Amino acid sequence: MSIHSDAGAMSRSPAEKETRMTAGTWLAIAGLVLLAAVPIFAPSLQLLVNLALAKGLAVLGVTVLLRAGQVSFGHALYFAVAAYAGAFLLAAWPGADLFVVLLAGALGAAVSGLLVGLFVVRYRGIFFGMLNLAFSMIFWSILEKFYHVTGGADGIRLPRPSVLGMEMGRHDFELVLFWLTLALVGGLGWFTLRWLASPVGQLFRTVKTNETRLEYLGVSPRRALLSGYLLSAVLCGVGGAIMGVAQGVVTPEYAWWIRSGEMVFIAVLGGAGSVPGAFIGALIYEFVRVFASAFAGDVWQMLLGGFLLVIILFAPGGVVGLFERVTRRGAAKGEEAA
Amino acid sequence: MSAPLLETRNLMIRFGGVIAANDVSLKIEAGRNLAIIGPNGAGKTTFLNICTGWIKPKSGQVLFEGEDITPLPPRKIVRRGVARAFQIPQLFTEHTALENLLISAAAREGMRHPLRDLSRVPERAEMMHLLEMVNCADVAHRTVDELSEGQRKLIDIAVALALRPRLLLMDEPTSGVASSQKHKIMEILIRALAEARVTSVFVEHDMGIVGDYADEVAVWNAGNVQLRGTPTEILEHPDVIRDVIGEVA
Repeated sequence: MSIHSDAGAMSRSPAEKETRMTAGTWLAIAGLVLLAAVPIFAPSLQLLVNLALAKGLAVLGVTVLLRAGQVSFGHALYFAVAAYAGAFLLAAWPGADLFVVLLAGALGAAVSGLLVGLFVVRYRGIFFGMLNLAFSMIFWSILEKFYHVTGGADGIRLPRPSVLGMEMGRHDFELVLFWLTLALVGGLGWFTLRWLASPVGQLFRTVKTNETRLEYLGVSPRRALLSGYLLSAVLCGVGGAIMGVAQGVVTPEYAWWIRSGEMVFIAVLGGAGSVPGAFIGALIYEFVRVFASAFAGDVWQMLLGGFLLVIILFAPGGVVGLFERVTRRGAAKGEEAA
Repeated sequence: MSAPLLETRNLMIRFGGVIAANDVSLKIEAGRNLAIIGPNGAGKTTFLNICTGWIKPKSGQVLFEGEDITPLPPRKIVRRGVARAFQIPQLFTEHTALENLLISAAAREGMRHPLRDLSRVPERAEMMHLLEMVNCADVAHRTVDELSEGQRKLIDIAVALALRPRLLLMDEPTSGVASSQKHKIMEILIRALAEARVTSVFVEHDMGIVGDYADEVAVWNAGNVQLRGTPTEILEHPDVIRDVIGEVA
């Protein structure tokens, strides 16, 4: 007599996951190398790619939360907090180092993430999403109304930071910023993957499936969610700080709800919950947005909306999910042929 | 004399017009398997919920090894050595059976390896052994959604055992399982509990299971312990035959 059923297909074993991880790592390295060559082979796309990757880092923050089954409609808050932290630092200390500016941005996002997080992790689902939105809109109002401090709707212009004590011309600075962004994409993407696979990250992910069991493992579900919330705020912050420095100006629009919605849009487009998907989605989004707005005028939003509709209907795993499906089908056909 | 492992003193709780716990005072000694039986609505599950902190009694106390744990939330009670398995298994449905246990071990160890891959934590061998103990090693790498109800029940208990508790409270460990498999599950379970040296309290409706696997039986009725004794004493008691066995049959 056996109590075991044979129902259900076998899941991927850790060894299989490991193989996929290795293949994924090589693909990620290839992608980063390809992107690193953009300033050499397609310099006109350098700024666009840089902005897309900065946005991708922020989307990664939203993606982290999706792993716990939570959607934030207000993560532009951390994007803006970090960008403004960098702007205030540069206003007070012109010529401050780029690394210090980015660090200040990340720190600002972490502190605000902790303060807001302590409150919002008490809620789930739509309440979680809308509370985040509320906090981001409060911050947007502050940025708009306290114009004598924040510059109001005009925002704050950022003087060019130094890099390791060196004053740089615009071209060299943009090049350094581009490669630094790429390094941060690789480093933070790798860290996020490690974190999600770690015991802390796995506990965070279980918020999505069973908080009762989590409590009965001796873990506070709120604290588990807070750990990921902090990471997501910092990732958004790094993206916002880079965006501010790259654009040379920060405005309240950084905290505007559409910016938060855009992050969720890109996360779904790339592959909800997928780390590489956050960057792939951001690159696709920015390219479609820029080229569609150049060639299709006011209908570019419609094109993007249609694109997202197709993704949700035919590839719920996003671009990354679609890619995995196609490669798996290809591999299965290859095995059949062999 | 040392304090009992678990003791409740005068527990009272009422849900609307229903008295779920009516002055419940009970002592559970270490090393025993206590079965709780009684008709539906007698307050058996409520008792487990109070002991694990999920429900707070209106009055009364719960003591674990002499310490008053009544005001503590479930997670703090768990950390003191009281684990829980559920009537409907509470598992992480996107994870495999082994991952469920590894997450439990990670919670127990308090994040000693913050950035190490969960599949590579040192507790992996221990968790595989635990899966072997509950006869589920062959489904270690299947997501729990793919498993049968019996397997999920055993994994749920293994997840609780991974915490290395001193007391395990189980709500109907064989419910929802084909009757032909109930004894198999209980044999695996009792063997695992003995190996892990865990005291258990389990709510059960199957009197065959109670007779074969409990060291002691407590009969619940109208929110209180009506009788307590060995399985033979209890299952042959005329009140139990009339009020409990009669109803089950």
